[in-house]
Amino acid sequence: MTPQDQDTPPGPPAGARSGAWRPGAWRPGDRFRRLYGEEPLHLLILIVSFAVCGYAAVRWLSDDWLSIAVWFVGAAVLHDLVLVPLYAGTDWILHRVGGGRGRTADDPPRTAVNHIRVPAFVSLLLLLVYWPLVFRNSPHYSVSTHLSDAVFLRRWLLITAVLFGASAVWYAVGRYRTRPRERTTPKER
Amino acid sequence: MKVSRRLPESPWRSPLRGPWLTSVFGVVLLVGIPVLFVTGLLSYAAYNPDLAMINDKTPDKGLLGFYLFSWPTHPYWLYRVTQGVHVTLGIVLVPVLLAKLWSVVPKLFVLPPVRSLGHALDRVSLLLLVGGGLFEFVTGVLNVQLDYLFPGSFYPLHFYGAWVFTGAVLAHVVIRLPRTVRALRSRDFRAELRTNTAHTRPEPRDETGLVAAEPAAPTTSRRGALGMVGLGSLALLVVTAGQSIGGPLRRTALLAPHGSPVGDGPNGFQVNKGYRAVNIRPKDVGEDWRLVVKGRGGRVPLSLDEVRRLAQHGSALPIACVEGWSTGNQHWEGVRLIDLARMVGHTDDAPDVFVESAQLTGSFRAVALRGNQVRDPRSLLALRVNGAELSHDHGYPARVIVPGAPGVMNTKWVRQLTFGVTTFGAQA
Repeated sequence: MTPQDQDTPPGPPAGARSGAWRPGAWRPGDRFRRLYGEEPLHLLILIVSFAVCGYAAVRWLSDDWLSIAVWFVGAAVLHDLVLVPLYAGTDWILHRVGGGRGRTADDPPRTAVNHIRVPAFVSLLLLLVYWPLVFRNSPHYSVSTHLSDAVFLRRWLLITAVLFGASAVWYAVGRYRTRPRERTTPKER
Repeated sequence: MKVSRRLPESPWRSPLRGPWLTSVFGVVLLVGIPVLFVTGLLSYAAYNPDLAMINDKTPDKGLLGFYLFSWPTHPYWLYRVTQGVHVTLGIVLVPVLLAKLWSVVPKLFVLPPVRSLGHALDRVSLLLLVGGGLFEFVTGVLNVQLDYLFPGSFYPLHFYGAWVFTGAVLAHVVIRLPRTVRALRSRDFRAELRTNTAHTRPEPRDETGLVAAEPAAPTTSRRGALGMVGLGSLALLVVTAGQSIGGPLRRTALLAPHGSPVGDGPNGFQVNKGYRAVNIRPKDVGEDWRLVVKGRGGRVPLSLDEVRRLAQHGSALPIACVEGWSTGNQHWEGVRLIDLARMVGHTDDAPDVFVESAQLTGSFRAVALRGNQVRDPRSLLALRVNGAELSHDHGYPARVIVPGAPGVMNTKWVRQLTFGVTTFGAQA
């Protein structure tokens, strides 16, 4: 990290004041910056933003505000403190087991584990979006639409199988294509 | 030999995290979220909430309805497109949103948690941003699958939630834009797409705090990370979009709620809520069914045979649902709404009309349509579809069909039309 990087606070472009400003010189708004910690414009923008949010919120929260607030904050908390650690942890374990992650930055990358990671990501993503249908958690669905929700689990499993199958084929093809080169230079290994 | 190892300072060690990657995801959302916002606003306008209380699920909206306008009937596919884009794009952006949040997650655990008053306000704003964004995506995704887990009616939740989210997005974009532009300029996008895992290096550490202090060895390149997110979006697009585009593509919408065909024959197209789901008694739509048409000139009760003897017209129109799915054009036949208005004394004007269903309970069992919708010659009280009588699920004996209107505005099992009014019990 260069000192310059560190000294450039977010906000107005550095060129706008670098010419006029010398260490020790007084700048308008200095006291504000010291007290507030950001540029005055930052506060102005946030006030406008909070005004829009607040205007909508007071209209909204008139009924059952607690449930709404729980859902609002809960969505963020559930994502940040449950979902992210869960998938990041799973990914970490996958790499430990699959031996994908080198210990230092100098280790050659071993990316075979990506052939599990990518199809798993897509499959779980589809499940994350469509779990109410896949797990038949939507009691209104069949009654309203006359469509069966029994098909979705089957379809999701099929898609998952196709994804992993395609990934396996890709992996096998990749191994096959690199094989002759390895065979012709056995001494280098 | 035992290598002495200490725990890394932070568990967030991905060498890919950095302002450039965050900015790439950010730019995608910067394009996508305004599209979601605008199509969402259009969807609200499509209900004509300013015409009648009954159409308005958020009557306390105040200034948030500043932009409302008469929803047009041209082009007839307008709502089909705007709402199809709203729902499909929302679903397709899910992995981008998750990737964006993944890329900034170390900032959540930054120490000290609050540096200054400005920093504290910034974090409150970010809570509104992240909470609001997730809330909108979660309620939207649940609603299109008819899984009503959320607290209360979908309409006010998604509407007010959108405004809170938008307020927070506004601040986020303005405050972070200069940094985003700098970050995007710091690396060449095309060069990044040519860089493999072995040559992937962390971004230089900077004041954003996104770059890991002790980055692990890369297990994929930035190209790989972008590709994986893109693949996720593509997969969601493929299994979803067909329910809006229709035709042979409907079969590719494997996980979308309205991807499966619903039987054969003239009435074999998607249903929002069938006959049994909405509390229609057989006698309400049986032999004793009468259509009551009211207006300035009086009250005319008509039996089904009498309605059939009125001048019949055809129009080819789709059903487009707020849930994002739609049908192709169906060939409807019935009586023009404007002809019914003329019949009850509105000979030289095209008034609004209050449409009531035989449905006893549930929202949208009555709606108000605006004069421009009544006036359009394609707006029908339909008795037949695709050459056959309407099925019970599609609104037998009679339903309204209006070009460009959301599905629920096309009332099924119609029993009364009152021209010149927009509320229950009002006198024409």
